[in-house]
Amino acid sequence: MSKIAPVLSAHWDEADSFTLDGYKRHGGYNAAMKALAMSPDDVIALVKDSGLRGRGGAGFPTGTKWSFIPQGDNKEHYLVVNADESEPGTCKDMPLLMANPHVLIEGMIIASYAIRANYAFIYLRGEVVHVARRVQQAITDAYAAGLLGKNIGGKGYDLELVLHIGAGAYICGEETALLDSLEGFRGQPRLRPPFPAIAGLYARPTVVNNVESIASVPAIIDRGNEWFQSMGTEKSKGFTLYSLSGHVTNPGQIEAPLGVTLRELLELAGGVREGHTLKFWTPGGSSTPLFTAEHLDVPLDYEGVSAAGSMLGTKALQIFDETTCVVRAVLRWTEFYKHESCGKCTPCREGTWWLVQMMKDLEAGKGTPADLDKLIEITQNIAGKSFCALADGAASPIISSVKYFRDEYVAHLNHGGCPFDPVASTLFATAGQA
Amino acid sequence: MSPENAVATEVEMITVVIDGFEVTVPKGTLIIRAAEKLGIQIPRFCDHPLLSPAGACRQCLVDVEINGRAFPKPQASCTIPVENGMIVKTQLTSEVADKAQKGIMELLLINHPLDCPVCDKGGECPLQNQAMSNGRPESRYEGVKRTYEKPSAISSQVLLDRERCVLCARCTRFSNEIAGDPFITLNERGALQQVGIYEKDPFLSYFSGNTVQICPVGALTGASYRFRSRPFDLVSTPSACEHCASGCSMRTDVRRGKTLRRLAGEDAEVNEEWNCDKGRWAFKYITNKERVTNPMVRGADGELHEASWPEALAAASAGLKGKRAAVLTGGRSTIEDAYAYAKFARVALKTNDIDFRSRLHSDEEAAFLASIATKLNVSYRDIDSADHVVLVDFEPEDESPIVFLRIYKQVNKRGLKVSTVSPVQSRGSEKLKAELHPTLASISGLTNKSVILVGERASEVIGQFTAVTKLADQSGAKVAWIPRRAGEVGALLAGAIGNLLPGGRPLLDPAARVDIASAWGVESLPATAGKATWEILEAASDGRIDALVVGGVDPLDISSEALGQLLNPSTFVVSLEISHSAITAVADVVLPVAAVSEKSGSYLNWEGRPRTFEKAITDSLTRSDLRILSMLADEMGAPINLPSTAATARELQSIGIWDGASAPKPEVALAPIAQPSGDQAIFHSWRQLLDLGTLQGGEENLAGTARPSEVVISAHRAQTLGVVNGDLVKVSTARGTITAPARIGKISDSDIWIPRNSIGSQCIATLGAASGLVVTVVKA
Repeated sequence: MSKIAPVLSAHWDEADSFTLDGYKRHGGYNAAMKALAMSPDDVIALVKDSGLRGRGGAGFPTGTKWSFIPQGDNKEHYLVVNADESEPGTCKDMPLLMANPHVLIEGMIIASYAIRANYAFIYLRGEVVHVARRVQQAITDAYAAGLLGKNIGGKGYDLELVLHIGAGAYICGEETALLDSLEGFRGQPRLRPPFPAIAGLYARPTVVNNVESIASVPAIIDRGNEWFQSMGTEKSKGFTLYSLSGHVTNPGQIEAPLGVTLRELLELAGGVREGHTLKFWTPGGSSTPLFTAEHLDVPLDYEGVSAAGSMLGTKALQIFDETTCVVRAVLRWTEFYKHESCGKCTPCREGTWWLVQMMKDLEAGKGTPADLDKLIEITQNIAGKSFCALADGAASPIISSVKYFRDEYVAHLNHGGCPFDPVASTLFATAGQA
Repeated sequence: MSPENAVATEVEMITVVIDGFEVTVPKGTLIIRAAEKLGIQIPRFCDHPLLSPAGACRQCLVDVEINGRAFPKPQASCTIPVENGMIVKTQLTSEVADKAQKGIMELLLINHPLDCPVCDKGGECPLQNQAMSNGRPESRYEGVKRTYEKPSAISSQVLLDRERCVLCARCTRFSNEIAGDPFITLNERGALQQVGIYEKDPFLSYFSGNTVQICPVGALTGASYRFRSRPFDLVSTPSACEHCASGCSMRTDVRRGKTLRRLAGEDAEVNEEWNCDKGRWAFKYITNKERVTNPMVRGADGELHEASWPEALAAASAGLKGKRAAVLTGGRSTIEDAYAYAKFARVALKTNDIDFRSRLHSDEEAAFLASIATKLNVSYRDIDSADHVVLVDFEPEDESPIVFLRIYKQVNKRGLKVSTVSPVQSRGSEKLKAELHPTLASISGLTNKSVILVGERASEVIGQFTAVTKLADQSGAKVAWIPRRAGEVGALLAGAIGNLLPGGRPLLDPAARVDIASAWGVESLPATAGKATWEILEAASDGRIDALVVGGVDPLDISSEALGQLLNPSTFVVSLEISHSAITAVADVVLPVAAVSEKSGSYLNWEGRPRTFEKAITDSLTRSDLRILSMLADEMGAPINLPSTAATARELQSIGIWDGASAPKPEVALAPIAQPSGDQAIFHSWRQLLDLGTLQGGEENLAGTARPSEVVISAHRAQTLGVVNGDLVKVSTARGTITAPARIGKISDSDIWIPRNSIGSQCIATLGAASGLVVTVVKA
């Protein structure tokens, strides 16, 4: 198995990769035309058979999600692409949209056609103005080229595509909160059922997919399932974008078959920061339980990561070397979750607020080892009790860090504060001097 | 939907096991409700049976498995409907659920102040109670609690202490889903999330008090009750609302002889668990300084002097005996009191000149009322199942708010079609998505599942009642008459009107007269039909009537001339009143009567449903009208024998409803509509729920949420006048001028609308009429 599998990122190094011409040069929009010649049900079946699973974190089979949309119900259907990428460490959708926005648009044409939607939306994180401009330009170009709007490619299918700029709330990456926000309300998760497939945007059947999931579809249509299934593992088929960040020599996105290991990815990325060793890492962003050096050979697919006690999530591999204080890192994440809690449910709203206070005390060396037990107890009272998964994400780094690094927490208490030099972990610290 | 709302049709039943006990409930029942059926109380805050599930507080977590498949995490029992094969373990049998609930409770309390000893809710607080039953004994929280400036005024009558709020969203869901007034919402995020308003759209909801009542903590308080009492010092009495014909069940809380608050009572058939702000907060009139406390007799000096009861009764008797007397009763009497007036008029005064309609009225209306009196067959349930509701000269949000909520519920739930025959699209009819019809002529497609709700203002449109009757006869639609006042339906059935005897008996039917004469033990009853209010007043002013018994009437409700007509010095006036008024000012004898909380009795609501209540203020010395009329009749030597409410109710019951032929239906042709030109317009009005009504006196916090006066004009007229929204316009008749800000609304170019009795807009007093008149409209 090849260690890399550049599909979405195959042409990112070309100067005009983001333009319609650049995209078309490599067969862009052929897949859309091919799909529009098929029956919608055949498209759904093909994507279902491919084994493509959601790349946004949960890994739900994409074709199955599409097949939940009731057909022949005489209702408007909608496709909504979740581009509200905001998980700490996750940086795959934004580079993809910068370098190759047309692959998303093509994927959306195919997906909308399959679910019989004539309106599609991209919900884009508000802060990334440069990405918004680029995507908007791509949409404009696609309209001008007859790839969006009425009678696409002369195939008799209509699709209106709208780019919506969010206001930068992490919770709006949760699909139902995203829909509320898209409708103009304050983004807070909705009670399910009804699921979006039955009553989503404006209470109409709606598919919400991650950018990368939809962007993966044109290649599947174009090259077929056999090709797609030649990559990946038994239940995790295909290629995906892994984002490496933190204490790594060459941070960035590496597109590889599912099931690659961190050891292999680190080799490709030039290894951990020079002169340092791996201490801990996240397999899928800050919401997934931490891994340590002992997990270097865990296959990074949905099942492999799960079996090792974490989640594949968004494949955001944040690398931390031995200069990093795990308590400090976890505190920062906890502050993030507190700030991003929408406030709807008690455990998340009050819990993250309390967790920050406890984590701050521990980082400052205040308290006794009994407070560590209290921290875990309270965290467990939050995990799995909240309305959506945000609070579970807040609990993951705390529980996993105490599991692997309890001694380090205790050292803070014994030391009366953080025993680490915070400067040593910064990237501006001279390598090897820590 | 909750089981209590389940319709009588066949519903699939589901059997589940909760804590080892089987329970069978209708499909769709939530776990938390099914547990209630077994007497298992799962703690909760955001859950409310009449609101959509939120799942926000997470207090009701339980362990659930379905057909052997267990949920990996505890589930919110307020959001999950039961399923066959479901096994639920609550905190009573599951350690996981118990720990989850205790964990949530601890989190809820970390930022909740420990101010229970000074909190209004302390003693009746779901948080306090459930913290004791389902919480940890001690908090492990050691930090500083979140605080906010307090209180923050959501409106003049609803105050918010944000630090007490558990953010359950009951108040916001109520306002949005039930009242249709989404003026409060949750703002900010995370730990700073809070209930708030948008400054430019204040919380002007007629139903805001319900948010205070359903708040599970002390976060929302009513301005007039705040810090006034502890719940355990109050004596609660189930009561009925005296403010309109909706017929809300209420609870009156009294401490040492004084009403401190009133709450909505529970009646699934009528008001469910809601009421309006007027019903909740307008009760200060009972304790106002103008209360009449002792009988008074006008002396030779022309002034009223306090007198003993025997003196006052003797004076009243002397003034009434042998006179051509008539009776005017306001529409606010209980049915028992109205019956006493009706009997007093016929037996003691030997006249049929009695009318409960102290408002605009017509002979056509009297005929219509006589024709429907024995056939009150429409109920709230008919609204629930209606295919089309037609409102005729009736604004439910202003004139019968619970009827509004009931219609709104169906509009929300199943898109019930509503049409309104009205000159203007009101905010209420907008919320009901009602189609606007200038007349009944354009209403079509009614079936026997349709309901026509006609208001008292139909009497202001000549021929309207006839048209309603005809439309109903043609289509099979049901008709209900919904007057504004709580006592009018009862007064109609009690015979407090010139063309009917008690039980809806047509006066002109000799058999009906014989019926009643024998029930009353009198030889005969006066046989000529009685005069209507306007005729009585005219007769009083020109001397054809020389004595009046008046109870609860404000002459300015009737016409601008009414007070002048009463001022005839040769008319002897006996006034039965709770407070000094325009009538007591001209009365020869004033007899104090009990206010509603000081007596027992019943109202008939618009459905004809009895709303019986007991005395809430038990140590009050005031007497109800019927007792006083009974004493007066004794004094006059023509006893009516109604010593108590219970005895009166029994007598009324034994008389029963007339089963003979009903009175003929009205036959009046629609009057042609005037065609104004230029700066002229036909003006229309109705009373808004919160206005200058007598019974709202003394409650400034309530008055603060009244809708401001406005002149509603069409876009065309606005353009002609050169005004935009908010510009002042003048509405004038020969008698006077009302000046108020313009609002461009959906109204015919020839019409305008102003509130009938609001601050700055008192139509009868200022313009000399209540509606229909041609007025001049100019820019101010």
